[in-house]
Amino acid sequence: MNPLAVLGATSLGVLRGFGHAAFFFVDLLRALPASLRRFGLVAAQIHAIGNRSLVIIVASGTAVGFVLALQMYYALVTYGAAESLGLIVNLALVRELGPVVTALLFAGRAGTSLTAEIGLMKAGEQLSAMEMMAIDPKSRVLAPRFLAGVISMPILAVLFSAVGILGAYVVAVMLIGVDEGNFWSIMQSKVDVWRDVGNGVVKSFVFGIICTAVALYQGYETEATPEGVAYATTRTVVIASLGVLMMDFVLTALMFSTP
Amino acid sequence: MGKKSIETLVGLFVLLGMLGLVFLSLKAANLATFSSGDTYALQARFDNIGGLKARAPVRSAGVTVGRVTSITLDAQTYQGVVTMGIDRNLQFPRDTSAKILTAGLLGDQYVGLEPGADDKSLAAGDTIKQTQSAVVLENLIGQFVNSRAAEAGSVAAAPGGSGSKSKK
Repeated sequence: MNPLAVLGATSLGVLRGFGHAAFFFVDLLRALPASLRRFGLVAAQIHAIGNRSLVIIVASGTAVGFVLALQMYYALVTYGAAESLGLIVNLALVRELGPVVTALLFAGRAGTSLTAEIGLMKAGEQLSAMEMMAIDPKSRVLAPRFLAGVISMPILAVLFSAVGILGAYVVAVMLIGVDEGNFWSIMQSKVDVWRDVGNGVVKSFVFGIICTAVALYQGYETEATPEGVAYATTRTVVIASLGVLMMDFVLTALMFSTP
Repeated sequence: MGKKSIETLVGLFVLLGMLGLVFLSLKAANLATFSSGDTYALQARFDNIGGLKARAPVRSAGVTVGRVTSITLDAQTYQGVVTMGIDRNLQFPRDTSAKILTAGLLGDQYVGLEPGADDKSLAAGDTIKQTQSAVVLENLIGQFVNSRAAEAGSVAAAPGGSGSKSKK
């Protein structure tokens, strides 16, 4: 084959992949209203995706808060600005680390299990069996999981930030002895509810869509073999993480470009 | 696990999320400290606003009484027009003066209000007449350098001394 044809074939393949994913996403969105009517399915999935991720999110949030507070203290105490530690930890968590780290953990903890579950359903031909019974697997299996992921992600991100700030409080105020009043009041004067907290929630909402949609797509389109499921699970983590990081840059540039 | 207990756990999860959001907005952000609803607008014109930004605090006697809502340039006088939202419960006399001050040496800039002695108070939309511009560090340094140069010049002009050396 000549090189030109190879280039053309690869580009077409890539575009076809994107188109396929886009149609899948549109189908998923179209199936959402039906799953809203049967909210019990969504609740069960929120339990599986959200509640079960709570421990790892809270533990990581606390750890990140501890470490950020310690490192920032060493850096800031040189300039006599140890009190603004709370502010820095707060802004870092609420704007960036909360949504991003939660999304990365979420892709690893919940995304992989979604991909594996749906991949095995497909490998065991359960999805085909559903179609045989005139049940749309997209609205019965995929849509509730998508909705649950999109609902859980912002909640987890908010908890991550809140727990991280409390962790910073424990290290800074209780262990190091930074003044408690200044710790909170500097935060309250500099952190804006809509600009910082609100945009953080918007970010985590977008990341929730990315992580869950990627995980479901990889599971749904997996090759029906053990290797295929393993490969799809790996790809979920890689694609979702890279997508989240890229999207984070775009969103940050849009949200915080004006001072 | 029964359906009821799953629903309870999910409810608990969502409740935790709400508590987290309340904590972030009330304790760790500015929702509780200052709400923009109950304010009235005052204006002040400055020759130079320095590094003042929108949302900077307005303080009187060091107490935050409002925030800068917008900053524009008057096209006729080329002055900076600073609009401030002041807490509705506080009234200031008509001869109040406004200054742009800096918190600490290199800190953020804010508007300081010094109340005068007039019996009448400023109403919403009024303009504060007496203002003092921001101190710009470069101008200060320029003045300092100029005054040193003038001193050096007067020393050089005196008979003898080092001034004649440089002329060679």
